[in-house]
Amino acid sequence: MAAVDHFLAMGGYARFVWPAYAVALIVMGGLLIESVLTYRKRRRALDAAEKRRR
Amino acid sequence: MLRLANPNRFMQWSGKLLPWCAVATAILLGAGLYLALFVAPPDYQQGESVRIMYVHVPAAWMATFVYAVMATASAVALIWRHPVADIAAREAAPLGAGFTLLCLVSGSLWGKPMWGTWWVWDARLTSVLVLFFLYLGYLALINAFDDPTRGARAGAILALVGVVNLPIIKFSVDWWNTLHQPASVFRLGGPTIAPSMLWPLLIMALGFTLFFVTLLLVRMRSALMAAKLRALRLQQAA
Repeated sequence: MAAVDHFLAMGGYARFVWPAYAVALIVMGGLLIESVLTYRKRRRALDAAEKRRR
Repeated sequence: MLRLANPNRFMQWSGKLLPWCAVATAILLGAGLYLALFVAPPDYQQGESVRIMYVHVPAAWMATFVYAVMATASAVALIWRHPVADIAAREAAPLGAGFTLLCLVSGSLWGKPMWGTWWVWDARLTSVLVLFFLYLGYLALINAFDDPTRGARAGAILALVGVVNLPIIKFSVDWWNTLHQPASVFRLGGPTIAPSMLWPLLIMALGFTLFFVTLLLVRMRSALMAAKLRALRLQQAA
């Protein structure tokens, strides 16, 4: 437990280090989710449109 | 090269490449995160706060690299009127804006404990802020026209003009006095950073690069599918 606390404390810089990693997660995760959701939506719409045409 | 950029060809090869890119991104980012948080040593001056570097520096490199990609694609789109190049520039822009934002915020979080301030109006920080506004301006401009091809052309010209900012960012730390440290990796005479920190940094940077490539392919495929969908609807309406 002490080892975990020591790691999370980041030598006293926890309130700078962890927000930096959190912002990375939010920005990159957000871009990933938005890109993949748009892709799935378009894929479904295109498949449906091509099925109607046949 | 131009044959590979034909929309149908692009859909074929990008579809095959995409899973490999996604897996490589996951492995590199996982390994990079592990090395950055558990293996890399604390700095002898900065202590554990140096771990912000493994987010900040790759984000900064990507902010400028993605802009170079966007400007190159814009030049190709202007010269050869290639539709896939237009799509590449347009889809790279939000990713570049994201990396630039991440660079600014993580830099601020690193500046506070090390410099004693969240922000200074010096050449490096200001030129990166200008880069962020270039991305936002580009995105606003391409969507500001009723005719998408005119919007794309205006955006391409803005992207090319903005290229002058890239050398300013790179050399700002040498040309002007600043709190920001000078280059310690890409410099004449080789890196000055210790190998135990350089390797985690390079793996993280490679992970960021592949993350960008993967998302760019996904977004370009989405844009091409949207174009095909519009064409199909026009056909049905006719």
